Amino acid sequence: MTLLEVRNLDVTYHVGDKAVRAVRDVDFTLDAGQTLGVAGESGSGKSTVALSLLRLLPNSAKVTGEILFQGEDVLAMGWGKLRAVRWAQMSVVFQGAMSALNPVRTIGEQIAEPILLHEKVRERAARARVDELLDNVGVSARRRSAYPHELSGGQRQRVMIAMAMACRPNLIIADEPTTALDVIVQAQILTLLTDLVRESGIGMIMISHDLSVLAETCERLAVMYAGEIVEIGPSRSLIDDSQHPYTRALSSAFPRIGDPASRLAPSGLPGDPPDPTEVAEEGCPFTPRCPVAFDACPTHPIELWPAGENRSSACLRVLPEYESIDQAVST
Amino acid sequence: MTAPNPAQLEVARDVGGGAAPGGERTRSTFWRYLASKLITALISFLFTLVIGFVMFSIMPSDPVHTLTRGRPTSAAQMAELRKELGVDLPRWEQFLHFVNQVIHGHLGYSYQLNQPVTTLIAERLWPTILLVGSATIISVLLGLWLGVRSGWKNGSLFDRVSSGVSLTLWSVPTFWLGLILLVLATSTFTGLLPSGGYQTPAVDYGLVAHWIDVGKHLLLPCLTLVLVVFAQYVTIMRSSIIDELGSPYLLTARAKGLRDDVVRRKHAFPNALLPSVTLIFLQIGGIIGGAITVETVFSWPGLGYLTYEALRTPDIQLLEGTFLVFSASVIVMNLLADILYRFLDPRVRAQ
Amino acid sequence: MTAVATTASGGLTSPSRWTPIKRFAGQYLRMPTGVAGLVILLGFAVLALTAPLYISNNNLDVTKVNGPLLAPPSHQYWLGTDLPGRSVALLTIWGSRVSLAIGIIATLLTMILGTTIGLLAGHFQGITSRLLMTLTDWFITLPSLPLAISLAAILGQGSTSITVAIAVTSWPATARLVRAQTLAVEARPFVERARALGAGNSQIIVRQVLPNVMPLVLVSSTLTIAGAILSETTLSFLGLGNPDEVTWGTMIEQAFSTGAITRGAWWYLLPPGIAIVIVVLGFTMTGRAVEHILNPRMVGARS
Repeated sequence: MTLLEVRNLDVTYHVGDKAVRAVRDVDFTLDAGQTLGVAGESGSGKSTVALSLLRLLPNSAKVTGEILFQGEDVLAMGWGKLRAVRWAQMSVVFQGAMSALNPVRTIGEQIAEPILLHEKVRERAARARVDELLDNVGVSARRRSAYPHELSGGQRQRVMIAMAMACRPNLIIADEPTTALDVIVQAQILTLLTDLVRESGIGMIMISHDLSVLAETCERLAVMYAGEIVEIGPSRSLIDDSQHPYTRALSSAFPRIGDPASRLAPSGLPGDPPDPTEVAEEGCPFTPRCPVAFDACPTHPIELWPAGENRSSACLRVLPEYESIDQAVST
Repeated sequence: MTAPNPAQLEVARDVGGGAAPGGERTRSTFWRYLASKLITALISFLFTLVIGFVMFSIMPSDPVHTLTRGRPTSAAQMAELRKELGVDLPRWEQFLHFVNQVIHGHLGYSYQLNQPVTTLIAERLWPTILLVGSATIISVLLGLWLGVRSGWKNGSLFDRVSSGVSLTLWSVPTFWLGLILLVLATSTFTGLLPSGGYQTPAVDYGLVAHWIDVGKHLLLPCLTLVLVVFAQYVTIMRSSIIDELGSPYLLTARAKGLRDDVVRRKHAFPNALLPSVTLIFLQIGGIIGGAITVETVFSWPGLGYLTYEALRTPDIQLLEGTFLVFSASVIVMNLLADILYRFLDPRVRAQ
Repeated sequence: MTAVATTASGGLTSPSRWTPIKRFAGQYLRMPTGVAGLVILLGFAVLALTAPLYISNNNLDVTKVNGPLLAPPSHQYWLGTDLPGRSVALLTIWGSRVSLAIGIIATLLTMILGTTIGLLAGHFQGITSRLLMTLTDWFITLPSLPLAISLAAILGQGSTSITVAIAVTSWPATARLVRAQTLAVEARPFVERARALGAGNSQIIVRQVLPNVMPLVLVSSTLTIAGAILSETTLSFLGLGNPDEVTWGTMIEQAFSTGAITRGAWWYLLPPGIAIVIVVLGFTMTGRAVEHILNPRMVGARS
C-alpha cells in the first residue's frame, strides 16, 4: 500500500530578484512500513524535499507538483486538514535538537503538546503517555520536568524522537538526526530509531549526507544532486554496484573512524557542489565533476532510466547505446 | 547596566549525562547573585552621590548666600547654616559629611518652600508613583500587544503603520502633547476633565468618589505619558520577536500542527519576552524624564512638579534632593530587572 | 572595494574613488523615507540660513512690533501673533536657528567626547579600559533629564548651559557604541599586521580604527541630534533657556507661563511643536535610511 507518492515536485525560492530552483522535478514513492534514505551533499535539495512534504517551507518558496500522502495531495489540502496531518500522520525529527526545542519549556510539556492538540485526552493521560515515550527512547521519566539545556546532546535527540512518535504517525521524516553527535551516541540513536520504526511499522524517510549511515538503516536509497534524484533503488545494491558516477564517488567515501572530514566530502571527487543558481537547465548537472563524462552529457536530456531490478539511475551510461560505467572506468 | 546579550545566554554546554541542578545549589547561587547585584547597586548609588556632590559644589557663589538670598538672616543664623552645611571644611570632609546626612535622611532644607527637603519629597512621592506606575503598566501592555503583532507580521501594513505611528510619537515633545491635550480639555471639552491638579480642591468626597475624582485628574497626564512612552515598548517587543522569528523551535512548533497565533503566543512570545523584560525596566529613566514635564504641565503635585518648582530660585538643596531620589529609583529598577530576569529564564537560573 | 574593470578595448581601468559614494547615493535615493528625511532637513537648513534676509529686529524685538496682541491667524499674520504682538510664523522660522544650532553643537560635543572615550577604552586593554567603561556604565544609570536639569540650573540659564547639559547626558551612549566597534575593528587581521609592522598607538587609532568607526558614529549622530533637539525643547520649557532668545522651546515655555493656554491660543502652541516633530522625524528617517543601507537584513516569513 503506497503511503507516499511524490510526483514532479519542484521548489523555487524567490529571494529578492533572484529565483533559485532548489528541487527539480523529483519523483519517488514510499510504501507503508518502508524506509527510504535520501543522500546528498549540502545544497542538493534533500532538506527542502523533506520540509515540503508538510509544507513547512517559508512563504518565499514556490512549490509545484503533487505530494500524495495516503491518497491525498498535501499541496492542495486546506489549512485545517494540513494541521491535522502535521505530526498526527507525519512527523519530523529535526537536526540540532538544542535549537529545535523551545528553551523555556520543559521537555515533558513539549512532548505532550502535540498529544493534547491532536488527541482528545486529559492532561493526566497525556503525561502517562509522555512517560511511556521517554521510557521507549531510554530517557528516565523523571527528566520530564527538565529543560532542554539541562540534557546532553544524545538525550535531546532521544527526546526529539520521543516527540516525533507521540501521536503514532504513519510516517516519520528524520532530517540529519545524528549530525553533531559523536560516533558512539550516533550509533545508539540510529539503532533506537530503526528499532522503534520497525516495531511500529512506521514508514521513515531519513536524510543524511552520510551514505554509510543510510546504507545501514534504510531499505531503499535515493541519491540527490543539484536538486534532482540521480539514482534510486535498494540500498545494498546501490552501494555495492552503483549505476551513477556520483553514487560511486559517495560510496567510496566510507568514513574512517576519527576523521570527521571524511564524512562530509566524497573522496577523490574534485570540485564543490554546484551553486543552485548556476545549474544548467539542459544536460546532466554532474558533468563538470564526473570522471566518466563524455560528449553527450552536457546536452542530452536527462531522466531516470531503469538500471536493474527496482532501481533507476539518471546517468546516460545505463542506456544500452553507451558504454556502461564499469567499462568507462576500466578504460 | 547592560541588558543581557542573547548571545551571552546561549546554551550551557552539553554535560555528559546531563546536569541536574539540585534545589539547594540553585538557592545558594541565587543568594550569591543577589548579594553581588546589591553591592553593585550600592556602588552605583555611591557614584550618584559623588556626582551630585561634585555638581552642586561647582556653584560659583557662596551656597549660604544663595540659600538665604532675599531672606533676612542674622549673622548667628548664617554661622549656624555654615556649620550645618559644612562649608568651611575641606572638600573630602564635606563629602563625607554629605554622605552621612543622606544616609540619615537629611536632604537639606528648602528655603523657598520653607520645609525640609525630605518632608517635601515624602509628600510628593505618592502622586508620582501613581502617575508613573499607571502609565508604565498601560504602556507596557499596549506596547507588548502591538509589538508582538507588528514583529510577527514583519513588513505587513499593520507593522508599517504601527511603526510609523510609534516613530512619530517618539518625535513629539511630551509636554507639548500634554499642552495640546490641556487646551483641548479646557476649551473644547470644558468641564468634562479638570485642567490640572490631583483632586478638586476644598471638596470632601467619600472614598469611592475621591478615587473617581483622582482618576479624572489622572486621566490626561497619564494619557500624555502613555502616548509618548509606549512607542519604546513596541520597538523593544518588536525587535525581540523578530529576533526569534528565524528560530528552529518555531519550525518544530508549526510542524506539530499548531495554529499560527498559538505558535506566536506559546512559543515565540515567552522567548521574546525574556530580553524585553530587562529592557522595559531600563526604560524607567526615560519615563521619569517624561513625568517631570507632564507633572509640570498638569500641575500634578508629584516629584516632577517639585523639581520644576525647585528651578525657580533655583532651590539648590531641593534640586539636589530630587536628583538623588530619581537616581536612586533608577538604580532600584535596574536591580529589580536583574533579579526578575533571573527568575524568568531557566537557562540563567542554572548558572 | 576597488575592483579593476576592463574597458571595451580590453585595457584595464580602475574605477574612480567616487564609485562607492555614487553607489551609496543610488541606494539612498531609492529609499522613500530616506529621501523624505533629507528633503525635510534641507528645507529647514534653507529656512534657518536664509531667515536673516527677511526677519529683522523689527519683527523680533517686543518693543518694536505693532501687531495685534495674541491674535488668531489672519490674512496678515498667517499663524497669528503672540502676547507682545509678534508674528508667530516668523518666530517659528527664527527659532529654528538657535534650536538647530544647539542640537548640532551639543551633538558635536557628544561625538567628540564619546568617540574619544570609546576609542581609548576600546584600544587600550586593561585598567584604563575597565575604568573608562565602568565610568561610562555608571553614567548611563543616571537618569538623563534630572541630570541635565541639575547641571543646567547650576551653570545658569542660557543656551550654553543647555548645550553642555545635553552633551554631558548623551556621551555615554556614543562611547559604548564606539568602544564596541573599536574592539571589533581591532580584532581584524589588518590591524594586527599594522601592529606587527610597528605602528604606534596613535597611528593605529587614527589610520585604522577611526575610518571604520566613523560611519557608525555618523549614523548614531543623526539620532543624537534628534534627541538633542528634543532635550533643548524640554530644558527651555522648564525655564532653563534664555528668555530673551527665541527658540522653539522658549516659545512653548512662554505660551505656557503667560497663560496663553488658558486663553485657548492654540496658534501660539502648535507651530513650534509641529516644527520640532518634523525636524526630529527628518533626522530619524535619514539616520534609519543610512543605517539600513549599511546593515541590510533579510526578512522572511513562514506559514
